[in-house]
Amino acid sequence: MHKYFPHTEEDLKAMLSTAGVDSLDALYAEVPEQIRFRNDYQLPEEMSELEVRQLFEQLGAQNQQLTCFAGAGVYDHYTPSVIPQLLNRSEFLTSYTPYQAEISQGTLHYIFEYQSMMAELTGMDISNASMYDGTTASAEAMMMAVAAGKKQPRFLVSETVDPKTVKVMKTYAHFHGVELEMIPAENGVTSKESLEMQLAQGGVAGIMVQQPNYYGIIEDYSGFADLCHDSKALFVINGIIADYAVLKTPGEWGADIAVGDAQSLGIPMQYGGPYVGYMCCTEKLIRKMPGRIVGKTVDNRGQRAFVLTLQAREQHIRRQKATSNICSNQSLMALWATVYCSLMGKQGLKEAAELSYAGAHYLCDRLLATGHFQLVYNQPFFNEFLVHFVQPVDKLMEWWQKNNILGGLKVADDKLLIAVTEKRTKEDIDRMVNLLDSFANFAILTDNG
Amino acid sequence: MAKVIEGLYYSESHEYVKVEGDFAYIGITDYAQHALGNVVYVDLPEVDDEVEAGEEFGAVESVKAASDIIAPVSGTIVEVNDALDDQPELLNEDAYENWIIKVKLSDKTELDALMDAKAYAAFCEK
Amino acid sequence: MNNRLYGNLIFELSQEGRKGYSLPKNRFGNYEIPAELRRKEDAALPECDEMTVVRHYTNLSANNFGVDNGFYPLGSCTMKYNPKIDEEMAALPQFANLHPLQPAETTKGAEAICTLLCKSLCELTGLYAFTLKPFAGAHGELTGLMVIKKYHESRGDDARRLVIVPDSAHGTNPASAAVCGLDIIEVKSLSNGTVDVEALMTLLSEHGPEIAAMMMTNPNTLGLFEHQIPMIEKMVHGAGGLMYYDGANLNPMLGACRPGDMGFDVMHINLHKTFSTPHGGGGPGAGPVGVRKGLEKFFPEVSPYHGNFAVAMRAYAYILSLGRKHIKEVGPLATLNANYIKESLKDVYELPIDTTCCHEFVFDGLKDKSTGVTTMDVAKRLLDYGYHAPTIYFPLLFHESLMIEPTENESKETLDGFIAVMRKIAEEAKTDPELVKSAPHNTPIGRVDDVLAAKHPITTYKQMLNDNN
Repeated sequence: MHKYFPHTEEDLKAMLSTAGVDSLDALYAEVPEQIRFRNDYQLPEEMSELEVRQLFEQLGAQNQQLTCFAGAGVYDHYTPSVIPQLLNRSEFLTSYTPYQAEISQGTLHYIFEYQSMMAELTGMDISNASMYDGTTASAEAMMMAVAAGKKQPRFLVSETVDPKTVKVMKTYAHFHGVELEMIPAENGVTSKESLEMQLAQGGVAGIMVQQPNYYGIIEDYSGFADLCHDSKALFVINGIIADYAVLKTPGEWGADIAVGDAQSLGIPMQYGGPYVGYMCCTEKLIRKMPGRIVGKTVDNRGQRAFVLTLQAREQHIRRQKATSNICSNQSLMALWATVYCSLMGKQGLKEAAELSYAGAHYLCDRLLATGHFQLVYNQPFFNEFLVHFVQPVDKLMEWWQKNNILGGLKVADDKLLIAVTEKRTKEDIDRMVNLLDSFANFAILTDNG
Repeated sequence: MAKVIEGLYYSESHEYVKVEGDFAYIGITDYAQHALGNVVYVDLPEVDDEVEAGEEFGAVESVKAASDIIAPVSGTIVEVNDALDDQPELLNEDAYENWIIKVKLSDKTELDALMDAKAYAAFCEK
Repeated sequence: MNNRLYGNLIFELSQEGRKGYSLPKNRFGNYEIPAELRRKEDAALPECDEMTVVRHYTNLSANNFGVDNGFYPLGSCTMKYNPKIDEEMAALPQFANLHPLQPAETTKGAEAICTLLCKSLCELTGLYAFTLKPFAGAHGELTGLMVIKKYHESRGDDARRLVIVPDSAHGTNPASAAVCGLDIIEVKSLSNGTVDVEALMTLLSEHGPEIAAMMMTNPNTLGLFEHQIPMIEKMVHGAGGLMYYDGANLNPMLGACRPGDMGFDVMHINLHKTFSTPHGGGGPGAGPVGVRKGLEKFFPEVSPYHGNFAVAMRAYAYILSLGRKHIKEVGPLATLNANYIKESLKDVYELPIDTTCCHEFVFDGLKDKSTGVTTMDVAKRLLDYGYHAPTIYFPLLFHESLMIEPTENESKETLDGFIAVMRKIAEEAKTDPELVKSAPHNTPIGRVDDVLAAKHPITTYKQMLNDNN
């Protein structure tokens, strides 16, 4: 007996009889005996709920909760209390993909809202119903550009794009037959001169840059869209969507496609996922875009309704001619982002972004003031910045970690990438900086063993 | 029974060719439009594009299916039926009246490889 | 589920000047974002008070139907019960607040879960190593194909560009192959629904050196066990190809058979199917990929961290909750449930392949089609009775496919209720066909005009406002 299985002895007897077999084992008569598995699995014994809780508590205790100053694509943002409560509603949590529109108007409505919000934030015309994450969405944008570009095989990516994103794109490029090339950076930003030369060589289906870039720098993309379009290449911008509440948008920069991760819309860090990738494009590219899309229509009673549309592009119909193989979106995480944007709204997203900006600049000023840090690039940054430390950063990171602070991400022996969000208080920041006073002592102590 | 017109050439992927001198109109057959259902979009090529026999040059989409249009013959596109941009359903109304592209044929011998009306009708029966 | 439509959009409830959030004050001083870096106009996002937002989404949820509401016999989707202890564990802050790039010594607990889950999956599938990086089933398929392609590349064998797929396969299979730069070649099924081994032999003799892999699911998409699998795997391996297992139909194999023992080299698992993680309205899922020994060095970089970790946590909690003994009952009970329904309805629905099935089976519409009632009509009428429709028009082998998968959590009473309603609908199809053809009637909306949606796509609120229609 198990609480997930309702079958009683009586049930089994009656059902086996109807099914026309003598035993459960007889149901597998077609399975050749030599591959039939009759052993016990080497797995733990059944655990009661209490025991499951105990085990996870024990494992959880082996993790360390740190005040987070690391970013690099994943940010420790505020989650409004409303969101987990709404998302736990089983009608959202345990429902399937909305293929039967008549009983899925809940899902279809929120996806339509999500699409609208992503398009608004990025300043683009259209959004799809979401993708797995920012890195795979970038790979999909690359494949979309190559498919739309009548088989021009080159795709250029700026060196200032997150190396983890580039790695995923390189994987897809290798198998899909795309020639991925890097656009060199200069002084922490994409080199427009290099781009011009690379485009002039021809055969480029599209380019991708990041905003803010991997170092947190807000780049000036003036003229990039024109350069691309003159060479019939698509202009793709990968960005941290929460930042577009205040920053100039991909639409304003003239982008054809905007992609990235929407984790920054209040989704917890969760050791890597699930997050949610967004993809937005201009109206003329709508039929080239992968993923699900929800559209407005009417039902046979004259009511406004929403439905999955343009499915002819998708894998289950187009099969090998599909624009991608993507099947699921990240629906529940798209709902997370949608409720976040509904609660925070027009003003709240701006305020959170402004707080992050202010906190980061305050921390940066304080660090620079110690004399031990320097900004690596003299460029405007948003809520993340790259600093050079006078010593190798390892010991400093250890010291902060001892005091429950994740001081940033080590990018080189002497360089740290530090991010600040609206969750970091002035006290958090002051404490982090003040710990430098006692750091010197720590270094001496450990050196003496 | 799908409509089949005498005097046209047909491919196994359900396109037809209507020859006029050195030129040809290419479209999808009545059988094809019926199989697709309500056509919602036609992905059209551009004038001056080259098409090659056996290669796809566009696509027709309905709600439940999407089909590539395969060129039965080679040539250069001289006209594209732009009316299909706003009214893709014209293909359902009359697939033969509403051709998709007009090409200048590059190799008339390619027509020999295609089916005539009778052979195509039999092909559709199978 | 509420059968009246709550049709508002959050934008329609917005009023300028309202706020639904609270944030701390800015105590950092005067740091202004320079004007030239800012966007010209604010994003047109809603402005609502908190309660309006809560009511809106609560009411939207009432127009949805989840596994927690009722029976969900979607073939190939394995809509099993989503245990709540899994949810509780996945939300634990000691895990939820971890940055994926924290130093390894600060995330030992999270790492342990990844290791323990992979070990469990190896044990259940008979494979050697798993990666948790793929975010979904289709992503897992792509990853698996990449492993296979890399394997052949490493041997300098560049000619292998074909993947054999049964003609009954799911659409993701050929699409994944295409993304991976491979081509598909189909092998026919016999009239009994299984792979035609002779056709496969011919195919292999013609294309042997070009074959990268054969991709199949077992049981197949008709719910039938491919009993020729030992022969098939021998033939494909003999030709130099690898065997890929699509894990979508793994559920009936728990307690019965392991893909590794069947001879598969690479597979993906859908955690949101076999391992009870919730479907979430269309994601997030997770598609871990497993390989036999020697192939693990070919795992590609398809995502930066550990995949959908919180989903993996749920799956592990599920495995622990069942334990070694009860996990063996999953397959047999799911299979019993499917056969029970099949035998109880095959007199009124057309059963093209009348044999013992595994966890799912396919009807080819009603036996009596004389009144023109289609599978679509039956599916829509089922909604009126409070059931989610089965999978319709897949697999493509039959014109009126109705694929039913009941999962092991469903009680005999639930199945009896479903059977009774299916019989009722078959009766209605004879006595009152118009009622069925115009269904659903008791749902928040009726059938939608999807031609309009595709011809004239309105996909954002802004487009809706600008639309004159």
